[in-house]
Amino acid sequence: MAEANVHMEEQKRVTPFQQFWSSFKKQKVSFAAGAFLLLLFIVAIIGPYIAPYEPNEPDYNQLLSGPSWQHLAGTDDFGRDIFSRILHGARISLAVGLSSVLLGAVVGTVFGVISGYFGKWIDSAIMRVMDVLLAFPGMLLAIGIIAILGPGLVNVVMAVAIFSVPVFARIIRSNTLAIKSTLYVEATQSIGSSHWRTIWKHIFPGTVSTLIVYFTMRIGSAILIAAGLSFLGLGADPSTPEWGAMLSNGRSYLNNAPHVTFFPGLAIFLTVLAFNLLGDGLRDALDPKIRE
Amino acid sequence: MLKYSIKRILGMIPLLFVISVIAFLFVHLIPGDPARLIAGTDATIEEIKNIREKYGLDEPLYQQYVDYMANLFQGDLGTSIVSARPVMDMLAERFVPTLSLTFASMFWALLFGLLIGVISAVKRNKWQDHLTMFLAVSGVSIPSFWLGLMLIQLFSVQLGWFPTGGIGGIESYILPSLTLGAGVAAIIARFTRSSLMDVLKEDYIRTGRAKGLAEFKVINRHALRNAMIPVVTMSGLQFGFLLSGSIITETIFSWPGLGRLLINSITARDYPVIQAEILLFSLEFLLINLLVDLLYGFLNPKIRYEEGS
Repeated sequence: MAEANVHMEEQKRVTPFQQFWSSFKKQKVSFAAGAFLLLLFIVAIIGPYIAPYEPNEPDYNQLLSGPSWQHLAGTDDFGRDIFSRILHGARISLAVGLSSVLLGAVVGTVFGVISGYFGKWIDSAIMRVMDVLLAFPGMLLAIGIIAILGPGLVNVVMAVAIFSVPVFARIIRSNTLAIKSTLYVEATQSIGSSHWRTIWKHIFPGTVSTLIVYFTMRIGSAILIAAGLSFLGLGADPSTPEWGAMLSNGRSYLNNAPHVTFFPGLAIFLTVLAFNLLGDGLRDALDPKIRE
Repeated sequence: MLKYSIKRILGMIPLLFVISVIAFLFVHLIPGDPARLIAGTDATIEEIKNIREKYGLDEPLYQQYVDYMANLFQGDLGTSIVSARPVMDMLAERFVPTLSLTFASMFWALLFGLLIGVISAVKRNKWQDHLTMFLAVSGVSIPSFWLGLMLIQLFSVQLGWFPTGGIGGIESYILPSLTLGAGVAAIIARFTRSSLMDVLKEDYIRTGRAKGLAEFKVINRHALRNAMIPVVTMSGLQFGFLLSGSIITETIFSWPGLGRLLINSITARDYPVIQAEILLFSLEFLLINLLVDLLYGFLNPKIRYEEGS
């Protein structure tokens, strides 16, 4: 009997986080992707201090030279060290990706929860606006917004945030609808809990796992679109060490110096890939249907 | 089916209205005087005055919208600031290159997407599955502008097999369509895998196997047909993705299509062209979604027979 009690207590001690962690650890690829991203965040913070060269320091004796021990990823048309520029660019790409998705997620979640919780005309009104936003293909919406606001990185963040809003609003709304009809929410409402308390204490926590998964996955596409806009000349200033802008700059030298386009593109690819793999792993670890 | 179709078509009307309003308001949303924007930076005061009168920019906004729509229905989308040509003509000559590129990309996307998806579902949790699904995640993650440039570097610059850009014979389609189709192929592959895996769990598949059918027949005759319904509709939706993806691909390959025109117009601040392009792209996107919905209704017996019940 005593043994059984001890056994039960041991079982009780497994927190949701421990449950998630033990299931996430088993997914080696996603785990590796997460480790890579952690490293990338560290690079984004300390990159400028460990970079071998100044990102905008020209060296006119080393124009467009290929990769070597002196310049790991070669130099560009001004003789600037591409590897150092990529290290600096990590900060820009991650900042643009994180801030745009964070902005989109916060606004989208607020709309989604309000829409799902209150229903009726509020729901219809919000969802019709989201339908209109979704009626435009993402890239076109971003380009349209840039055409109005003008080019620049801040405007790219705004554009990517705006088209992330409906994605979060929809998914969080359907989550809210499901949670709202559960017994424990009905119970809180019946003992007179206010709307805001119900939403904040009971509905929102239930959406967090979905939110984490979507957040991770959207960062990848946000970085892709932001780099794409810079590539088209609508985003970062061509002289900044932004990966998309660097790649675009290398287009003219594709014949004799392909490394100028290759390395920044590889950086974008690996970063987006890591976010997508991490997102897949988080989904599998957080979704109880798949976990079991 | 008829009821469903009518409902879907009627449901589009409010969206069409909103899109037309957004396209109309576009020039007004840009900070500054719309007449000056349309007239261009070197315009004289006289020219700006003419533009203001021609476009009725001194009239109330709703009147301007009514005029805009009236012109639109007569096929008048204004005149380009840069080339001084009717915008309608410019869009018309660029429509076919974009459409043909989109179809060529869809061909690759379906070919590779279905193949990869079926392999990974049939070889579930084996190394083939892990490899193909890793390829699929890579396909969604790869920047198309990078993939395109690397393909040009390898196949055009190094090997000299295909032209570096421009539209010509069938060989000029290979690299741009592969670049544009890669992402969609990856999406179709993932979707085919999950759809086929769901179907493979069904009882009638077990029955097929139990009565001794060859595995190839089970997959081909019984599983694939049912798994294809969601895949077809999802692939249709990707046409919209391809349309907006064409903006980047056309820029890389100097393709004379709508996407490149859009970027050139934005760089040149050719507002009448941008306005018309936004309208056209959104209409196409909406139309594709409608067609896919109708196709889904047709393929899905639950909706098709709803009317009869």
